Amino acid sequence: MELKDKLVSSFMAFEDHLEASSPIHGIKNQAIKTFEQKGFPSKKDEAWKYTSLKPVLKHNYSLFPKQETAIDYNDIKKYLIHDIDSYKIIFVDGKYSSYLSQTTHEGIDVCLMSAALSKTKYRLIVEHYFNKAATQDSLSSLNTAFSSEGAYIHIPKNKLVEKPIQIIHFATGNEAALMLQPRNLIVVDENSHVQIIERHQSLTDNPVLTNSVTEIFANKRAIVDYYKIQNDNQNASLIDNTFIKQKQESHASVHTFSFGGKLTRNNLNFYQNGERMDSTLKGITIIGDKQHVDHNTLVHHIEPNCESHQDYKGIFGDSATGVFNGKVVVEKEAQKTNAYQSNNNILVSDKATINSKPQLEIFADDVKCSHGCTIGQLDESAMFYMRSRGIPKKEARALLMYAFSNNVLESVKIPEIKTRINKLIANKLGVNIGFDL
Amino acid sequence: MSKYTEDDLREELKTKEYEYGFYTDIESDTLPVGLNEDIVRAISKKKEEPEWMTQWRLEAFRIWQDMEEPEWANVTYKKPDFQAISYYSAPNKKPKYNSLDEVDPELLDTFNKLGISLDEQKKLAGVAVDIVMDSVSVATTFKKTLAEKGIIFCSISEAIQEHPELVKKYIGSVVPQKDNFYAALNSAVFSDGSFCYIPKGVRCPMELSTYFRINQAGTGQFERTLVIADEGSYVSYLEGCTAPTRDENQLHAAVVELIALDNAEIKYSTVQNWYPGNAEGKGGVFNFVTKRGLCEKNAKISWTQVETGSAVTWKYPSCVLKGDNSVGEFYSIAVTNNYQQADTGTKMIHLGKNTKSTIISKGISAGKSQNSYRGLVQVHSRAENARNFSQCDSLLMGNECGAHTFPYIENKNQTSQIEHEATTSKIGEDQIFYCNQRGIDTEKAIALIVNGFSKDVLNKLPMEFAVEAQKLLEISLEGSVG
Repeated sequence: MELKDKLVSSFMAFEDHLEASSPIHGIKNQAIKTFEQKGFPSKKDEAWKYTSLKPVLKHNYSLFPKQETAIDYNDIKKYLIHDIDSYKIIFVDGKYSSYLSQTTHEGIDVCLMSAALSKTKYRLIVEHYFNKAATQDSLSSLNTAFSSEGAYIHIPKNKLVEKPIQIIHFATGNEAALMLQPRNLIVVDENSHVQIIERHQSLTDNPVLTNSVTEIFANKRAIVDYYKIQNDNQNASLIDNTFIKQKQESHASVHTFSFGGKLTRNNLNFYQNGERMDSTLKGITIIGDKQHVDHNTLVHHIEPNCESHQDYKGIFGDSATGVFNGKVVVEKEAQKTNAYQSNNNILVSDKATINSKPQLEIFADDVKCSHGCTIGQLDESAMFYMRSRGIPKKEARALLMYAFSNNVLESVKIPEIKTRINKLIANKLGVNIGFDL
Repeated sequence: MSKYTEDDLREELKTKEYEYGFYTDIESDTLPVGLNEDIVRAISKKKEEPEWMTQWRLEAFRIWQDMEEPEWANVTYKKPDFQAISYYSAPNKKPKYNSLDEVDPELLDTFNKLGISLDEQKKLAGVAVDIVMDSVSVATTFKKTLAEKGIIFCSISEAIQEHPELVKKYIGSVVPQKDNFYAALNSAVFSDGSFCYIPKGVRCPMELSTYFRINQAGTGQFERTLVIADEGSYVSYLEGCTAPTRDENQLHAAVVELIALDNAEIKYSTVQNWYPGNAEGKGGVFNFVTKRGLCEKNAKISWTQVETGSAVTWKYPSCVLKGDNSVGEFYSIAVTNNYQQADTGTKMIHLGKNTKSTIISKGISAGKSQNSYRGLVQVHSRAENARNFSQCDSLLMGNECGAHTFPYIENKNQTSQIEHEATTSKIGEDQIFYCNQRGIDTEKAIALIVNGFSKDVLNKLPMEFAVEAQKLLEISLEGSVG
């Protein structure tokens, strides 16, 4: 049976468990209809021109894992940013793992989507925000239909969350093939500040497909810092859909570090509904083998005096494929917008491919919008300089590549993440250098 | 029954002529509206084409029938009804006007601003022109010089008759019939166009434009151009005209194919100023053109275009850099005003080693127009040391227009170097102030700044056209300053 048919028919069984009175019941019904009508995107869709989902859709995925699996903290410690104190929301095969997690209701809500959907005290927030930022495209709709679990984070007015929140999804490989559809809702109210780290990790070689949707609402003067660490194993694929709605004077930034996974697709969408705000989208991609990473970004400038910064760096080896599809839309009212977009790539193998499509759609005249895209090689003279000073070729290359991607790390605000990413980069480039520059 | 006499016949002929009037013989040369295989055959027959050409057209027609009109371009317009067009109409021999006084004064005004001579004005507006000794003698001299060098320059119908081996070999080799919807349509029904062949090692002594302007007749709405530069030759070709062209045909679907063999160089410049519709966006020409060039070893193709007209433009002059060390260039200025829409750009396909391409695109949008750049840079895995530089700058005038950039960059080779940059801005108030303060009025100041903005491209045009194109920019943007 095709995965699409399987999903549609499973929905009926899934629907029985839903509360008919729940406010989102109607949304889910509508969403599955949208998915049924649109199906999985194919290469004929302009947004999926360079990324084919075919190879990841062929597995017979289990949609609802039968048993719960316990995993030991020591086995997964290395996947956490464990050297800092943090709130943790940890899922194992899509199920919440209470003993690995650390949630809170003191002043802020860091808890579960399933709780938020079922308890009446959250109803107001859920009704107000759930599915209000996500678009009606087929994959987000599919997630909406099946969404039952994920992280629910609500930061009320004037709170500075003193430690970061980690959201981590593990797949244990108990199922031969597993499809996960986590759904996160993050609401940050006026003047509040939060830092969030998200990671998806498969613990075995069994195929995993994650179709994740995260909705983030940054209200007036809120500051949201979001870090996505993607270093999954070779059989795990991730379709990450993130929708961020910003209100006036808010700051939102998303850093995406893609080092692993079979196929990774990041749909990152920023909607600016207010004046004087700032959006930052940055990413480092270092991949090899037959990996495929696709960054698909949208920044929608709707009102005046806003800024956006995009900076994506990519290094592609072996038969890897990189895709960057960035879009900046500046509406007629959005005068004095300052939008910047940059995509720099290095290919280090003859079989690697990079497809880049930085787009600008501008309807306002008093704006400063620019984009740049380069594809090139490491500087031969710099290589020679280092090698003449006794630095071996491999290390010299690694240093240059590190230098190339380094400026993305400058805006990372949690030092421990910087250290971790530095290690991952060194690891990925196959050298043993502590890039503590 | 009474006898049919000679007198009766004479009487009948008289009434007949009266009945149909002067237009009779022109009418009879127009095919009925609609498109089917019979029409394609009829077009081919009218042009007395050989059988292979008829078959080639029919093949294209069959392909076209299965194709759908593309919708991906960033333009909106009412789709033309392809069955409501007459696909063949013999060139109009009768002058449109008897003297310049009958011509639209607005048009004449523009001619004067462009500094076009009175004789030429008449010719361009379709006024009956007395034979001007000067230009005829010039044309004959040109013809003689070209023939001496072995250069073939004629209409494509003539070429099909006289040089079938060349046409057969190259037509459709760069833009195949099945390339796209409009290319297929053009292949099936093209009425006429130009053909140019430069023999080995010959450097064409003149800009073919000069010749063109004197000799060119109306080439119809489905134009086909084929330029072949044999090994080591050089040609500079200019198409179009800075003067505004009022054409009744709404749909223009031309195909241009350039073939540059080893070490050859082709420079192809276009100035297009078709009727863009009135200030409310009514009417205007749809310009859907397929232009492509093929470069063999060490060859170079350079496209330069100044687009100021047409209601809807959909045009991507491209280079296929097949041979090693070949070079492709694209320089473009696209100006849109009022309700005009332009979706234009280029494709650079790098197949050979050490191939280089340069793209400089300048878009200027004013009024309520939409101006898009859409380009593709594709480097194949064997195209070692490929080099591309792209720059797209947009200038916005007024807050109701839009500028869009859709660059596609596809790279499969690690030794290639690709750079792309794009900026969007408006004319700075400080720049205007600086000019005002030195006694230059705002309108002139804008013209000055726009010309500076487009200088990189204007410099690439043949001399005499650069001057006219510069004036054309000023006129196109007249009144757009708020």
